[in-house]
Amino acid sequence: MKKELIGVYTIWLRDIKRYFRDRPRIIASFAQPILFLFVLGTGIASSFSTFGGGSGGDFLNFMFPGIVGMTVLFTSFFSAMSIVWDREFGFLREVLVTPISRTSIVVGKLLGGSTIAMIQGAIILLFSPLLKIPITFVIFFKIIGIMFLVAMTIATLGIVLASVIKSMQAFQVITNFLLMPMFFLSGALFPLNNTVKWMNVVAKINPLSYGIDAMRFAMLNNPAFQLYPLWLDIVVLASVTVVMSILGSFLFGRQD
Amino acid sequence: MNDINANNIIEVKNLVKEFKGLRAVDDITFSVKENEIFGFLGPNGAGKTTTINIICTLLSKTSGEVTLGGYNVARERNKIRNCIGMVFQDPSLDDRLTALENLYFHGLLYNIPRSALKERSEEVLKMVNLSSRKNNLVMTYSGGMKRRLEIARGLLHYPKILFLDEPTLGLDPQTRNKIWDYIIKLKKSKNITIFLTSHYMEETEICDRIAIIDEGKIIALDTPDNLKNTIGGDIITILSEENVKLKKYIKEITGSDVHDAKEGEIRFEIKDSSSFIPKFIKNSPVKILSISARKPTLNDVFLDLTGREIREENASARDNLRMRMRGRMRH
Repeated sequence: MKKELIGVYTIWLRDIKRYFRDRPRIIASFAQPILFLFVLGTGIASSFSTFGGGSGGDFLNFMFPGIVGMTVLFTSFFSAMSIVWDREFGFLREVLVTPISRTSIVVGKLLGGSTIAMIQGAIILLFSPLLKIPITFVIFFKIIGIMFLVAMTIATLGIVLASVIKSMQAFQVITNFLLMPMFFLSGALFPLNNTVKWMNVVAKINPLSYGIDAMRFAMLNNPAFQLYPLWLDIVVLASVTVVMSILGSFLFGRQD
Repeated sequence: MNDINANNIIEVKNLVKEFKGLRAVDDITFSVKENEIFGFLGPNGAGKTTTINIICTLLSKTSGEVTLGGYNVARERNKIRNCIGMVFQDPSLDDRLTALENLYFHGLLYNIPRSALKERSEEVLKMVNLSSRKNNLVMTYSGGMKRRLEIARGLLHYPKILFLDEPTLGLDPQTRNKIWDYIIKLKKSKNITIFLTSHYMEETEICDRIAIIDEGKIIALDTPDNLKNTIGGDIITILSEENVKLKKYIKEITGSDVHDAKEGEIRFEIKDSSSFIPKFIKNSPVKILSISARKPTLNDVFLDLTGREIREENASARDNLRMRMRGRMRH
């Protein structure tokens, strides 16, 4: 048991060390959220008056938790997916011949990816004063908790996909056909309660929409923006995580 | 080939591995003795890496028996993992970590106590002459240095067997020689069994025994000298004006088979080439343009057994990807 815990810790520590050494990646991770928030967000907010819908003043606030969610989504998903090429060509191959169970490798990778996603998300929170969103100590820890849960959910999804799809080309396909739709249909950029019916249905089966919902609750606590009660968000995210991580360690542990 | 011996550290019996109906390993049986250097020689795609991956628990077998150190590969994976060291065909270091960190992580995964880990890291680094670079990121290393570090890492947990899968692939000839020097040194200084694969014929000559593998089958298994002795003497290659006539003539006077070689040359084997050549040139019915004689190599053994030379097979999509990844990793 102790051996397995050391294994989990080793895999986690390696991801964290790599992350902090990769300065360009940390800096680049600011670019996309800034673009979305301050270019796209500001643009859309100011277009509200053109189309006759009020000032759009709250829109940036509405969007902010969505952008934090986006950062968590992409970071945790890609770091979990890295298990694919790492397994074929990299460090992970080495780990696979060590006497550490496959489950520990998966858990270590999940925790590593989620920790990094949490750090990235927390960095985005630094923009909150610009939007006049008050983030107190308590709120901060609530958000951290939710970010971690969302990151775990997405990372487990990444591991399951990574274990099934083993080619590099499939990454692009997954990004375009799964990740982007997941993001657009999560309520991150626009409220889902007033959209067309099919969107609503898709949003309901999209685990990320529960994550964004919880994030929005923790940050803004505005009932008008809430889709589901918080407990439901947490139950859905936690169940998806549990199911997917069991499936993920099973699939990853399979031998060819 | 089939003898059951207490000194055998690896026993493989009737091993078969199929990928979607394709037989990558086709019913092979062999054993590796303790403390020997055992080599797998064969072209790309012959089944060398597949066999190694099965022995070191990375791949499941379709059928057959494989034991290592008395442990069964299907049931006692962790016991096997504990006593093997692995150097893969593709680099498997983390290049954003330093050499020491790579070793440290490896040590943690093998549950080496931290107090001993530092000392052992220094020891293996010294062995491969990397002590002075131990705190540099691996991404600053050359291909040869990375390989050496991987060998050091493979030895860190004092394995009984070290697997080296194409340890010199992608390295320049000079670096390749150095890597072999380290392997020979390793063999002399430690009680360790080494199992290596290569498709460079001349490099496997350091092995105590070699299995020549082709299309998933072992077609010969012996010491390098015995393998070369299967060839009837020296190899003679001739370029002449009229090959057909000459071939018939050679067959008549020597009784040995004559084969077509590269670039319109013909080749055959003869016991005592130094006394044969002068006589031959004098009596030849056809004008000889060039003639050369040399000692047989393992390449000739392979040619003799399969009728073709070991060559680079067409790269599959996966190999292309691998080459790209390797390029990226070796920056």
